[in-house]
Amino acid sequence: MNERRSLVVLSAMVFGFAFLYLPILAMMVYSFNASRLVTVWDSVNSPTIAWYRELFDNTALLDAARLSFQIATTNATGAVILGTLAAYALDRYRLFKGRGAFNVLTTAPMVLPEVITGLSLLLLFVALEQTVGWPRGRGAVTITIAHITFSMAYVIVIVKARLATVDRSIEEAALDLGARPWKVFAVITLPLIASAIASGWVLAFILSWDDLVITSFVSGPSSTTLPQLVFSKVRLGISPDINALATILVLLVTTCVASAGIYMVRAERRRLRDAQMAFEDGV
Amino acid sequence: MNLASLKRAAQRLLPSGGWYVIAIPYLWLLLFFLIPFLIVLKISFANIALAMPPVEPVFVWTQEQILQIRLHFSNFGFVFGDSLYIEAFLTSVRIAGVSTLLALLLGYPMAYGIARAPSGWRNVLFLLVVLPFFTSFLLRVYAWLGLLGRSGPLNGLLLHLGLIHEPLQLLQTDFAVYVGMVYSYLPFMILPLYSAIEKLDLNLLEAAADLGCRPAQVFFKITLPLTKEGIFAGCLLVFIPAVGEYVIPALLGGPDTLMIGRVVWDEFFANRDWPVASALAIVLLVLLAGLVLLLQRIQAREEAT
Repeated sequence: MNERRSLVVLSAMVFGFAFLYLPILAMMVYSFNASRLVTVWDSVNSPTIAWYRELFDNTALLDAARLSFQIATTNATGAVILGTLAAYALDRYRLFKGRGAFNVLTTAPMVLPEVITGLSLLLLFVALEQTVGWPRGRGAVTITIAHITFSMAYVIVIVKARLATVDRSIEEAALDLGARPWKVFAVITLPLIASAIASGWVLAFILSWDDLVITSFVSGPSSTTLPQLVFSKVRLGISPDINALATILVLLVTTCVASAGIYMVRAERRRLRDAQMAFEDGV
Repeated sequence: MNLASLKRAAQRLLPSGGWYVIAIPYLWLLLFFLIPFLIVLKISFANIALAMPPVEPVFVWTQEQILQIRLHFSNFGFVFGDSLYIEAFLTSVRIAGVSTLLALLLGYPMAYGIARAPSGWRNVLFLLVVLPFFTSFLLRVYAWLGLLGRSGPLNGLLLHLGLIHEPLQLLQTDFAVYVGMVYSYLPFMILPLYSAIEKLDLNLLEAAADLGCRPAQVFFKITLPLTKEGIFAGCLLVFIPAVGEYVIPALLGGPDTLMIGRVVWDEFFANRDWPVASALAIVLLVLLAGLVLLLQRIQAREEAT
């Protein structure tokens, strides 16, 4: 490779990765700083785990985290069910009325600014409450519905990509041998796309767990999620316990994503090996 | 009538399994995605009222059972008449545009480096780019509050090096917003660029070099045009969320960093003016849709030639 170009590429990579990771690392280091003035290092009393201890005594924060976790879990499950159905419909039913509109509807939530999604869903919930009396007020239910609506789009992308690679002849063989369509789906298709569904679930969970803007529009006075609580706090400036919270969350997510990545690589390898063995048996 | 024919009749009447597969997600999206839009559109033509919800009805049944539709275009007149809103739109487009360009300038060589790295390294580097996407967006933006503060490490470093003599005001400036935008959306830029560069046929580059092209010429005449799709996709993926961004300007920007997402938010939550917030959302949507269509048309024309 050309010397000058490789220098440009190398320095961009060093700068880029430093840019991506130094802020997170700095936040982690400061979480052990004893000084309340977060960025002024108190070398006498640091490192300390005082802020972590304070975190676990903060009941408002723990309640918000619990609510966020509940919403994220329900959302991920709902988004995976609806998203898999939609992906299956788009992959397997090439011709049905309104397919084009359906295709647009499934991708649009990803590119829409969050303020618009949030505003429009709130207006819907208000109109529904006025006309049919449901949902009564706003809270966990409306937040979950809103999250499912925007995170199912991401599940659809992931599951659709995997469905496209599934060998249709196996399903056709099962159908020829007399299996009912839903049984073919449960016994053959579902195991083949299981890892895509699992990563869709993780992604939907994280999208919901992180969301602030849409949640703020559709939440009520009695429901405060973790991002809402964090946002109301950091608007007033940096605070040491948020650094501690961020450190815990970053480490948690990193562990989850890394193990999910390793699991997926293994599953993929196993799938290839099984396919190879099946092929060799056939020969 | 025997049992079998009864079952057949039932099967004819009830929709088949495939119908449910399509209908369930379709109905969900119609109810929770399409209809909300129509409501936003409706409210954008409504009058503000002192009630809950704070809008006057648009469709009214009069006593003679006649449907009266009361459309008020004043909200749009208000949006286009007030220089504050126009300025917010222009600021949003400027900040999103500059951030996209900066992300491209940093992201392209990074994507190039990852795509050309030894295969063992490639997966690790790729994971390092994706990982920040999974960690809380809000907390990553928050991280810059500490770094850019008056007593933060960046000012500390500059003071230590003697480049400045007193701490710079970095927070609550457009600079901080640019940093936050590039930082948050860089992965979106790198991913499509990476897959475009990875697909590049290296033989073409070698052939051009063999035929006497200088490295810069090879880059501008071959690499860049062949990865154009990746550039398009990356720029769209950064620009679109950046235009409507709320969190970054709210946390890092100053009072004069008026971006449209923030204005919609303030109109809604602070002024409780739902009709104007809706009108702003409609204008933003039209702006974004127009932009996407324009880019698609340019791309289609380029492909045709």
